[in-house]
Amino acid sequence: MHSADRLARLFLLPLFLFVAAFFLLPMVRLVGVAGSGPNGLAEYLAILTNPRHLATLLATLALSAAVTAATLAIGTVVALFLARNRFVGRPLLVSLLTLPLAFPGVVVGFMVILLAGRQGLLSSLSMGLGMGRWVFAYSMAGLFAGYVYFSLPRVLVTLMAAVEKLDPALEEAARSLGASRAQVMRDVTLPGIAPALMASGAIAFATAMGAFGTAFTLATRIDVLAMTIYTEFTLNANFATAAALSIALGLITWMVLALTRNFAGSGVAAAG
Amino acid sequence: MKPHRLTFAFQLTVTLLACAFLMVPAGASILAGFTVNYFRGVSSGLTLKWIGEVLALYSDTIALSIAIALGTLGVTLLIGVPAAWALARRPSRLTRLVEEVVTLPVAIPGLALALALILAYGGIREFRMSPLFILTGHVLYTLPFMLRAVMAVLAAVDVRTLEEGAASLGASPLQRFFHVVVPNARGGILAGALMVVTLSIGEFNLTWMLHTPLTKTLPVGLADSYASMRLEIASAYTLVFFVMIVPLLVALQLFGRTVQGAAR
Amino acid sequence: MNRGAAITVASCGKTFADGTRALSPLDLDVRAGETLVLLGPSGCGKTTLLRLIAGLEAPDAGGHIRFDGADVTALPIEKRNVGMVFQSYALFPNMSVIDNVAYGLRVRGMAQAARRAQAAGVLEMMRIGALAQRRIDQLSGGQRQRVALARALAVEPRVILLDEPLTALDAALREHLRGEIDALLKRLAITAIYVTHDQAEALALGDRIVVMRNGAIAQVGTPRDVYFRPADDFVADFVGVTNRLTGTLKNGRFETAAGVVPLPQDLVPPAAPSGPGAVRLLFRPEAARLASPADTPLVFEVVQVEFQGARQKVTLKDPAGARILVEAPADGLLVPGAAVGLILDPARISLA
Repeated sequence: MHSADRLARLFLLPLFLFVAAFFLLPMVRLVGVAGSGPNGLAEYLAILTNPRHLATLLATLALSAAVTAATLAIGTVVALFLARNRFVGRPLLVSLLTLPLAFPGVVVGFMVILLAGRQGLLSSLSMGLGMGRWVFAYSMAGLFAGYVYFSLPRVLVTLMAAVEKLDPALEEAARSLGASRAQVMRDVTLPGIAPALMASGAIAFATAMGAFGTAFTLATRIDVLAMTIYTEFTLNANFATAAALSIALGLITWMVLALTRNFAGSGVAAAG
Repeated sequence: MKPHRLTFAFQLTVTLLACAFLMVPAGASILAGFTVNYFRGVSSGLTLKWIGEVLALYSDTIALSIAIALGTLGVTLLIGVPAAWALARRPSRLTRLVEEVVTLPVAIPGLALALALILAYGGIREFRMSPLFILTGHVLYTLPFMLRAVMAVLAAVDVRTLEEGAASLGASPLQRFFHVVVPNARGGILAGALMVVTLSIGEFNLTWMLHTPLTKTLPVGLADSYASMRLEIASAYTLVFFVMIVPLLVALQLFGRTVQGAAR
Repeated sequence: MNRGAAITVASCGKTFADGTRALSPLDLDVRAGETLVLLGPSGCGKTTLLRLIAGLEAPDAGGHIRFDGADVTALPIEKRNVGMVFQSYALFPNMSVIDNVAYGLRVRGMAQAARRAQAAGVLEMMRIGALAQRRIDQLSGGQRQRVALARALAVEPRVILLDEPLTALDAALREHLRGEIDALLKRLAITAIYVTHDQAEALALGDRIVVMRNGAIAQVGTPRDVYFRPADDFVADFVGVTNRLTGTLKNGRFETAAGVVPLPQDLVPPAAPSGPGAVRLLFRPEAARLASPADTPLVFEVVQVEFQGARQKVTLKDPAGARILVEAPADGLLVPGAAVGLILDPARISLA
């Protein structure tokens, strides 16, 4: 089918041109700028050698790990519950839980402000109960809540699909062999959804590493990598550092996703 | 397997809490958008004043967001659908590599992408100042979703055999593409289109860096209002955003399986 | 309709991009108007050969395909004017039945009214005119099969290629449609190449059968040739069950552990029997008749009886332990361990 091959090449051309012009070339430029600052190529290592950047990197990694763990834990419980039970209102519950799937980071930040900000629901609730005023929106805790909010719907969609795809006969077989509920969970159910756990966990992690909108809305004072890059670029006009940090950030998220995909075997991608 | 009663209670509690965590702030935001004074509560009365102010202040951002979303959709359809077919028809190591490179923009934080775009093209003033600059970023970011959605559906309906069927009847490659491939991929194309529009309307990470004072999109305006406006206006603005995006999200849920398979 | 094309396949091999050899270079002549069946187990290369003839694959360098003498090797399928019925039918779900059938005419530039009329005619011929406006997902398996055939015939092809067209259907329907296809192909006198792994289909449909194995041709012949005079053990076993008895030839008789078989005059012994025990007698289960041990010099012991309603399958063994399978009417009651005589139909035995 030679003629079809020719058409296929023609159809790929616009994609190639677009990606080359607006992705590959800018990336090359980014790498070039990162190495052309006053520190030269050493700028690439700034994320490790500069104590302030290193602290930011570690804080971001810790935050992302915590977000991933929390999201997966909640997501697994909810997914198992929703996949195994049929009740009135279940479709609505599923809809509500997955509705914020594409809320942008800024809006999620605003949700956290409404929940835990100065005029937030938790603030008035705790005041009403006489327990002082709970305000944590503008801190790491707020960012944590925001990223969990952001990632939970995505993780849920993936995990629910995985649980529904599990063959119930496997669990029945394990029980017929005498396994307790806990053993079935440990030996059959969780291994069965492990690829989905890894895939969605990787997305949650990568998203938390690179997300910018939520942090931007909550406060510019929280030291996470994305905020540092933003401040270096816009406020300090320190292009080389911003570029080098961006490259480091991009490499980390890309590696997490690529590694997971090798293990979990399915397409994995972060979202904004 | 029916869960244990205690397990059931625990799972139910977690599920309801998770739902509350996601929905209560959204509900509060909607309410605040209609409340005369949110600090004093609903007792202060309900009003449409804030919505009116938002429309007066920010209608240009709403219009620009819609325009950019439609433009992004047009470009991703034009580039993405033919390319998805070309990539899906003969999977090889080369097409895997192309797919990998093309989907990289999804794996790289928007901030880094935006920075790269600015460093490469920021010097071209007309381009930098025009909404096309933002559109370029949005296409870069959403194109992989269109590609994946269409490729997934092409693999699922075994479009190759259909093409062979059409070829055996004498159809040329271009005829096969328009008569057989596109009609049978329309589920994936629709799902991809919904995804692209949804993502474009809500995109902030790239857009915040790419925008200029004259090219502000809805999420950029939102960030502005969160930082500088009273809570009621910010809420009303968010409400406007919800009104735009929730129908899209509901439609996406209807195509959930296709998109989920595609966008992962 | 037009008479079919004669097809010549000349030293066509196929090696796929990943290095797998699907087909060793082979030659094959398909006569105009005949129904040729490509028969073999999965992976034998029969579908690859069909796709080469169709133009869906290109042969390795050196291979040529000719339709009525004209070289079509470089032509893609859309320029070969073939009709093809796919295993999955490949009906377009985005078109109605009539639009599917008219599609080949549409891409040939025929006006809508004319092509609809012609397609409706083909549907009538296949007796599915009532389905014209249906969507594909509203059709049963058998109806899809008929639509696929109608679609392939609507363009009046020079040759029709059928890739396991009945495999997706259940057994009863398969047999029924097999009869319909047979009648249709005979009536149209079109050249047809029919791929199947089902020997019953091959025997029923083929003017000639090509038995394939490991990317090569094992035997070409009429159904009777292939069934009663298989070229080798592979063909014998693939086309039905074959019993084998080992023995020697003496005075026009075959002597084996279970006794003696008189041989007909015209049966040709194998070219070079290399000593005692080297000759094998081959026969099908239905070529044998059970008899009282007193009435025949060939006696076996009953091992197993499988009752199948009107008939029964009986497994026998000779004193040397060799087992054979025969079919018999289910009236006689047989008990494992009993002795039973066997009479072979001299017209349906062969030596190897």
